[in-house]
Amino acid sequence: MRIPLSWLREYAQVPAEATAEDVMAELVTIGLEEEDVHRPTDALKGPIVVGQVLSLVKEPQSNGKTINWCEVRVVPEGAEQTLTNEGIDPSGVQGIVCGAHNFVVGDKVVVTLPGAVLPGDFHISPRKTYGHVSAGMIASVRELGIGEDHDGILVLSTLGLDPELGTDALDLLGLYDEAAEVNVTPDRSYCFSIRGIAREYAHATGTPFTDPADAVVVAPSTGAGYPVCLADEAPIYGKAGCDRFVARTVRGINPAAPTPTWMSSRLRLAGIRSISLAVDISNYVMLELGQPNHCYDLDKLSGDIVVRRAKPGETMETLDGKVRTLDVEDLLITDGNGGIGIAGVMGGASTEVSDSTVNVLVEAAHFDEVSIARSRRRHKLPSEASKRFERGVDWQVADEAAQRVVDLLVELAGGTADTTSTDVGTEPAAVVIDLPAGFAAARIGIDFTDEQITFALTDIGGAVEKTDAGYLVTAPSWRNDLETPEDLTEEIARLVGYDKIPATLPVAPPGRGLSRVQQQRRRVLQSLADAGLTEVMAYPFIPKASNDTFGVAEAGAVREAVKLANPISEENGWLRTTVLPGLIEVAKRNHSRGFRDLALFEAGLVFLPEGPMGSESIPPLGIKPAEEVLDGLDNGIPHQPLHIGAVFTGKESPAAAGHTPRSWDWADALDTVRLMGDVVGVELVVSQGAHQAFHPGRAAQITLRSGELVGYAGELHPKLLAELDMPARSVALEIDADVLFEASADVIVAKHLSTFPIATQDVALVVPAEVAAESVLEALREGAGELLEEVALFDVYQGTGIPEGSKSLAFGMRFRATDRTLTADEASEARAAAVAVAAERFGAVQR
Amino acid sequence: MSDNHQNAAAEPESATEATTAPDPLDEAAINAAVDAALAAIDAASTLDELKAARLAHTGEKSALSLANAGIRDLAKDQKATAGKLMGAARGRVNKALAVRTEALEAEDAARILIEETVDVTAAPRRRRAGARHPLSTLQERVSDIFVGMGWEIAEGPELESEWFNFDALNFKPDHPAREMQDTFFVEPPEAHLLMRTHTSPVQVRSMLERELPIYVLCPGKVFRTDELDATHTPVFHQFEGLAIDKGLSMADLRGTLEHFARQMFGDEASIRLRPNYFPFTEPSAELDIWHPGAKGGPQWIEWGGCGMVNPNVLRAAGIDPDEYSGFAFGMGIERTLMFRNEVGDMRDMIEGDVRFSEHFGMEI
Repeated sequence: MRIPLSWLREYAQVPAEATAEDVMAELVTIGLEEEDVHRPTDALKGPIVVGQVLSLVKEPQSNGKTINWCEVRVVPEGAEQTLTNEGIDPSGVQGIVCGAHNFVVGDKVVVTLPGAVLPGDFHISPRKTYGHVSAGMIASVRELGIGEDHDGILVLSTLGLDPELGTDALDLLGLYDEAAEVNVTPDRSYCFSIRGIAREYAHATGTPFTDPADAVVVAPSTGAGYPVCLADEAPIYGKAGCDRFVARTVRGINPAAPTPTWMSSRLRLAGIRSISLAVDISNYVMLELGQPNHCYDLDKLSGDIVVRRAKPGETMETLDGKVRTLDVEDLLITDGNGGIGIAGVMGGASTEVSDSTVNVLVEAAHFDEVSIARSRRRHKLPSEASKRFERGVDWQVADEAAQRVVDLLVELAGGTADTTSTDVGTEPAAVVIDLPAGFAAARIGIDFTDEQITFALTDIGGAVEKTDAGYLVTAPSWRNDLETPEDLTEEIARLVGYDKIPATLPVAPPGRGLSRVQQQRRRVLQSLADAGLTEVMAYPFIPKASNDTFGVAEAGAVREAVKLANPISEENGWLRTTVLPGLIEVAKRNHSRGFRDLALFEAGLVFLPEGPMGSESIPPLGIKPAEEVLDGLDNGIPHQPLHIGAVFTGKESPAAAGHTPRSWDWADALDTVRLMGDVVGVELVVSQGAHQAFHPGRAAQITLRSGELVGYAGELHPKLLAELDMPARSVALEIDADVLFEASADVIVAKHLSTFPIATQDVALVVPAEVAAESVLEALREGAGELLEEVALFDVYQGTGIPEGSKSLAFGMRFRATDRTLTADEASEARAAAVAVAAERFGAVQR
Repeated sequence: MSDNHQNAAAEPESATEATTAPDPLDEAAINAAVDAALAAIDAASTLDELKAARLAHTGEKSALSLANAGIRDLAKDQKATAGKLMGAARGRVNKALAVRTEALEAEDAARILIEETVDVTAAPRRRRAGARHPLSTLQERVSDIFVGMGWEIAEGPELESEWFNFDALNFKPDHPAREMQDTFFVEPPEAHLLMRTHTSPVQVRSMLERELPIYVLCPGKVFRTDELDATHTPVFHQFEGLAIDKGLSMADLRGTLEHFARQMFGDEASIRLRPNYFPFTEPSAELDIWHPGAKGGPQWIEWGGCGMVNPNVLRAAGIDPDEYSGFAFGMGIERTLMFRNEVGDMRDMIEGDVRFSEHFGMEI
């Protein structure tokens, strides 16, 4: 809402020296947000004065143009030129070259004299052009920044103006006025008016407020006016679409009457373009009183006005020239020929006022918020009217607004008001709120006095009645946001001042700290960073193909994923089922910025629609739904486990003098998964993996001991890397961290540490090449029994001495007993038992 | 002579040394031999030269050794005198040797250390330095402050039911406030699922799931249909607090926020409340922070929203608003990071450029 200060001053006591910034600062204290300042003189500086064209010589030019060489008088005849800027002629007559042709000798125009500045930091000074020295400019409205019209210069008589020469044109055109722009929260619809803002300003400053509605005297009706019938047969939520319709008629207006500059300048500052006097008056009254209203060309109306819902398939041309197909829920204003307006949203083209309109019907109606909101949304027609109606308009102000429009049409357009009028509808019951004594004090923490409470609630326009238990408050008709004692509490608090609220620190009951999973997550993520990986956060919106490639192991299978209904980009229109595509995008962005050696990780939720999607009905607000309804809501929400992924490209550390770093390889990816397992004390089982995004021979599948899948790690598929324009041999991992955390034991039981000496034995086994080392290790572990403390693979060999198709695996075995020093024989025996199991399972032969 | 020659050939260093065995009773001859030995020892400038001097003057064929060996040929009564003389002589030489050895060894050790000198400024970085994302670090920091006050951290799904995101929070179905949230919906529309527009649904879940009283902080990712630019991002992070207890007032809200602000921005920080509107709180307030360390000097900065929990929200969670009251507040983590750590462009936080995170390391 933009508030021209001159307008606000009519109804609130704004100090003469106050700026738009000062006004905003006051309004912010009571709940409006500051947005902007609109001050024409920030871009416009005088001398800019009224001049009269004394002579005009048309001079054709070689470039085909014809220019006018004009002499323009800028001080009254006989008066002295007091301006002394260089280029201002002491005679009071300026020589000016002008390219426009819409004026004649004798016209009064706006002259920007040397020294003036126009919007766009355009400085006026005498300049040589077309063989003359042009000492100023005859301005168009666009050059002055007050309109779009650039077809010609501004001839003041077209605005109905005949000022004295030398008059300050900035003053004449209302350009010294300025506007404060504030953001109005959705509950405060009444602040979309000067009336509402002036009241708020009075609240903020403790100064008197004059209600502009009180200044309007509604003429008593002498009989039935234009017939209007409210016929809503399908109210939404049982609320009639229209519960008041005031219609007034004004005849014989002068369609050529100009909008006075005081009105057009206020409208312009308020952000509304001047269109025609009738429309400008309509907008002016809407801004002043907050009541949207509409002027119809009375002569284009036929038959009774009926307010009803649209019929199936009904169409209507709105005044923006578009033919709209209506919905049966749309509320229409109709006459004998059909729709003449989508109620509260936009008028119709057929009955629009035009430059030949002489008789006008003024509508000021009250519409249901929900109905208007839905029509506006359905037709994507946000308008000044719908903005107010969908938030709520004062039911009581309709007749005053209509009267104000009528008065202005009579005063400014020379019309005559009919003495009959129409006012149909049903007044809604006033909202009465019971405010218990002490209620506000308990909520705010200030011990409000009775005077503070009564004053605040009366000041906002409420009627306050003291009762034994507290207060009965009748909410003002323009405050549809006031329904509960909490609402009144806020009013009391904001009028007393939020800055008066003291500070006390409540003591929470003893907490349990971070939950176990929260701690595990922190430790795991921290360990990744400690291990040299950098955390990133990619958007969870990815292409479908990425889900199908990275989100499912089997090639060709479709990954069920959730699609956004209104994505920012259609391509990235799906919720991720995997964090790898996002990581790869981030990796590529870093590559393009010159960083090739990367180790990136992300921890984020993925979205796995595996059961029912959502729930068809939504429970109402303000009531706790039944348990089964809540369960239904929860069951419809897709599973969203935490995934941790990492991508490694290039070298594991920077190259340096005396240091040749190696490239990341598949083992780094696997090692990183193992690190996470170690951090939370979960044993992970590694086996040869098969996932379409990974190299078929260089991927590990990681499971829990129970067989539950944790994730994959290894080299990404070379073909995929090429397609993605990623460096060859890049490696990656992705795990379901929820599975990992879940597997972590609540209590880890300590191991007994034997201090007896260790017996170390190595063994080399020849096994078929396809046997996984992990399986042989497992066989040795099983076979060796209790004495085995640790077994580790330390060499893999293929080549001379090893049969084709076989490989030699060398293991170091460490034996130790808990109660004695082992003999060499005992250790050898255990080793032999271990080898026996490996031999039995895999035909392993000791080298 | 020929023997000596052979010796001289075998040990060229001693060629100029002892030729004949001095008389072990000839004190002058012995002293001369000692002096020669001490001179040779003194002249040795390396351990190798010292070794040669030792062999020449204390070796088997040296004058002193030969003289010593001559003692056994002496008369019995002379042996003691000669033994004493020779003992003293050899003692002096051995002592000189020991002193010189120690000195030369120390010199040698020092030389080796000097030779091993490296240019420490040319050291390679073999270990890669990793980093947490500053948004994560900040989120953890905020969480820790509240955990320190006895609060708990609550989390919930990012893809939510419309009821938890709107209806339970008192957003009326057709109210403009609902649209102002710029919501991402998912298909099919009749499923009533959306990307949560704030972390407030977690507050509702907390109220439904937890025992009263409740003091929880809900940090997490939220979504709005804004295009990414220097100040907007469709995916960002919030932290919201919720306290439900008997007799809580706006003064408790202010006290909590002030305590938190001081933990984050120092003892000079304070907060300011301005009236505002949110469907889920009544009264509602905009929260400004007095940021003493702000770029460009101490100033008020818009930080978030807060208020007393709307009774309709309590009712939606089955809490009796006549018995319990509560307050809630919410701030953006990106916004906090922007003004706390002077991040100039939202995109730096989003794009994953490693320079951004690595600059912070594990700190914030």
